[in-house]
Amino acid sequence: MDKKQVPISFTINGKKMTRQVNPSLLLIHLIRDELKLKGTKPGCMEGECGACTVIVDGRAVNSCLYLAVNIDGKQVNTIEGLSTVERPLHPVQHKILEHGAVQCGFCTPGFVLSIKAIGDECVEQGIVPSRKEIAKELEGHLCRCTGYVKILDAAEDYLAHPILQNSSDHG
Amino acid sequence: MRLRIIWLIQSFKTALIMDKKLKLIGKSTPKLDGSERVSGRAVYGHDIELPNMLHGMILRSRYPSARIKSIDCSEALELDGVECIITANDVDVNRISYKRDHPVLKGETVNCQRDELAAVAATSRETARKALRLIKVDYEVMEGIFDPFEALKEDARQINLYGKGAESFGNKNIAESFTYSHGNLEEQKKNSRVIVSRRYRLPRVTHCCLATSNITADYSVLDGRLTLYASTQVPFLYQRDMAHALKMDPSRIRIIQPTIGGGFGSKLDMYPFEPICALLSMKTGKPVQLLYDREEEFIASPTRQTMVIDLTTGADAEGKFTFREVRIIMDNGAYTSWGATTPFVMMQTYSSLYQVPACHFRADAIYTNNPFAGSFRGYGNPQATFSVERNIDLMAEELGIGKDEIRLINANYPGEITGQGLHFKTCGAKPALMKVLETSDYERKNREKQNGRYRRGVGLASMLHVGGGAKIYRSDGCGTRLKLDHYGYLTIVTGSSEIGQGSETVLAMIASEELGIPLQQIRVINTDTDIKPWDVGVHASRTSFVAGNSLLGAIRLLKDKLNLKAARLMECETGDFLYEAGSIRADQKEIKIDKVVREMHFGSPNELCVAEYFYEPPSSFQDKQYMGDVSGNYAFASQVAEVEVDTYTGKVKVLNVYVSQDVGRVLNPVGLQGQIEGGLAIGIGYALTEEMIYEKGVLQNPSFHEYKLLTPVDMPDIHFYPIETLDEAGPYGSKGAGEAPLIPSAAAIANAVSDALGVEFQSLPLTPENVLRAWSEKRQHEPANSRKV
Ligand code: FES
Ligand code: FES
Repeated sequence: MDKKQVPISFTINGKKMTRQVNPSLLLIHLIRDELKLKGTKPGCMEGECGACTVIVDGRAVNSCLYLAVNIDGKQVNTIEGLSTVERPLHPVQHKILEHGAVQCGFCTPGFVLSIKAIGDECVEQGIVPSRKEIAKELEGHLCRCTGYVKILDAAEDYLAHPILQNSSDHG
Repeated sequence: MRLRIIWLIQSFKTALIMDKKLKLIGKSTPKLDGSERVSGRAVYGHDIELPNMLHGMILRSRYPSARIKSIDCSEALELDGVECIITANDVDVNRISYKRDHPVLKGETVNCQRDELAAVAATSRETARKALRLIKVDYEVMEGIFDPFEALKEDARQINLYGKGAESFGNKNIAESFTYSHGNLEEQKKNSRVIVSRRYRLPRVTHCCLATSNITADYSVLDGRLTLYASTQVPFLYQRDMAHALKMDPSRIRIIQPTIGGGFGSKLDMYPFEPICALLSMKTGKPVQLLYDREEEFIASPTRQTMVIDLTTGADAEGKFTFREVRIIMDNGAYTSWGATTPFVMMQTYSSLYQVPACHFRADAIYTNNPFAGSFRGYGNPQATFSVERNIDLMAEELGIGKDEIRLINANYPGEITGQGLHFKTCGAKPALMKVLETSDYERKNREKQNGRYRRGVGLASMLHVGGGAKIYRSDGCGTRLKLDHYGYLTIVTGSSEIGQGSETVLAMIASEELGIPLQQIRVINTDTDIKPWDVGVHASRTSFVAGNSLLGAIRLLKDKLNLKAARLMECETGDFLYEAGSIRADQKEIKIDKVVREMHFGSPNELCVAEYFYEPPSSFQDKQYMGDVSGNYAFASQVAEVEVDTYTGKVKVLNVYVSQDVGRVLNPVGLQGQIEGGLAIGIGYALTEEMIYEKGVLQNPSFHEYKLLTPVDMPDIHFYPIETLDEAGPYGSKGAGEAPLIPSAAAIANAVSDALGVEFQSLPLTPENVLRAWSEKRQHEPANSRKV
């Protein structure tokens, strides 16, 4: 524990923040244990399930493989960042509910964030991905309850008309 | 004549159920608590943090089989932040598990890789982990027994010292044994035109709940009460088991179920880590949390039974089934969980899936030094169905009749009382078969044989499963309490549990339907044993059925009260009023339901608008010979799988699965569809990719990287056709549906791969290596000139 602490500054869910962190601290631990944002889920801690997905500078990453020091100067969005008082649920989340794509829900925040990130990218590039492409993009996510069909339905539905929303346009 | 009467009665009952116009039941309704889950607000066991909380961790055995000479914790105890370490010597506990053959902490011998030797409570997980490394265990390693057939040998040593096999079953290493028979086997053998015998081997697979096992224990030294935040699917059995383990009064134990990140049967038993965590809390007087990491989850959580099935079946010249003779050896592992009772379900499949004049069944669960098996969605039935349906294909081939035809000839029918005494008051077996045959275009696809690198095939399989609970405990019942408040909001306190399967939503839908209260005004409380009434737990696809009936009973009582008061207020005769849109309606009059409640509360005589009801299904205990009608009703299903096999790589791609299932009535289409798709994903994984690989009792692939689950790209197109038979026993005619979708899928897929390649498979999973091996063996045996290029 006597390793040197490193100062980092970042924006999380629209809020600027500065912290001292241990260089080996994982992003998921910073998020869950220090910032107490429990919506980011630890499914495997080995980069295989996608439950721990967060968005860093617009890209979905596995926070269990990502060192916290590497978010220095970056924008981080977690599932909590999708809810505001004015708009409690993001359109992706509405689609997930509408299509019945949530059962136990442990995988859900990860899927939601990945689908949102795909949507943002597609808007920028002006493309609508096919179902096959979406499935390929979501290959890093595991779900043991739903069999993926409804998740893909929801993603396809959302990605037909995604809403561009940068991680930075909070507040 | 008799058949006709039964048919008439059935259509009459059906008419009664159909009569009522349903507003919400049968309409897709999103999950009630879905928004909590999609927004990350739902609190799972991993998310709980209590003040002053410690972190627990378990030291497991280095060897699957050894005597323990000593455990030295002195160095670990000195580590800063370590508050407590326990070993078998430090605790006064009873053995746990279904057969009470499982010490919570192991002090004399270790019998499998999972075995718990010591547990630490520390101020952080890192400290706890460090402490584990400092504990010194002196082992005397023994040669393990990993093959159940070896364990059965005369000179094998007794693996579980607490096993009662010698007295009960004539062999020290038999943990549990089931024998069943009906009909005259010898006579039926004589009647048979074909007899097919095969040995099937089914692999060990595991649940892979996305949330790993977890518990938070909070013992209060002030009043001696123990609160457990535990992901159990059977809270009341769990409370009893915990009390037994800890030698405590059960009512001092309160079980609170946080949101559960997947169950699938894995949370039917209580495992050692749970009393261990409680003990750490009791020793330290502080809350303690114990979470598995993924590797530990693979190593130390239960599995589906791996087994060897010897199945002999016969059919006469017309294709009518004559008999089934089954001998099953299950690898029980080192200790005995509820999973050892899976033969109870398997024997139903052998005795009663299709019409079977004679059946003899024996299954033994054998102790080995492998990890112990638990219960897993389907409960033995995927294994049994795999063997039955493979044999049926082989018999059809030998008889030269269609694989569809042979199944139709033998299909179960409404009114049938099977050799085992199961009574199919309604039965959608034949309609389900016909539906999948027709929609998949089975006959044509089965006829067309393909050449070349990619070959397609179709496979057919059916299943039978309990649909209305299963009486395995003294009560298979469920209690409900209702409270309607004077603002028109309803609270349902139900004994049943929600583990992600959507039961909460179905209950709220039923209440909304019956009382005309919008869903948004209904709360379901179901997570606290201090509050909720008895229920046996989530198993046997029973929750919608049993909890639904219990709720309907309570609603009837509540309505009696409301009707009386409403009649008085509307100044009319009391009767069967219409409950709609927040109002109670008589012919010309109506009154708001909340107004009626206000009059009950504040008028005189003052009265609460509450009701409670206990529902016990009409099923009976089976007798010692396992004869009897064990479930309130029965679910039937058929599936056709269409696959494409790459003969160069051996890779099997499932293209389409056609599913038809007798669900009694569809309550919530989107929820049901989700159960079907989710079940199929587990079934396809069982067929194609999943296997825990053990070498001498040590798991070789404890990660998602090496243990392959299906991912979003692997799913076939799923075509689902529910069959509604409106069984009067279930709420609105419904039957349990949660387990059925995964039961026949492995069988259908194996049949399809066999169809595509013309080779036989007697084991799972059909990995590329296994398929390729079977394929090249076939090619070697084919005469050279018949080979197509
Ligand atoms: S927890 Fe990060 S990928 Fe599974
Ligand atoms: S909903 Fe349970 S893991 Fe996806």
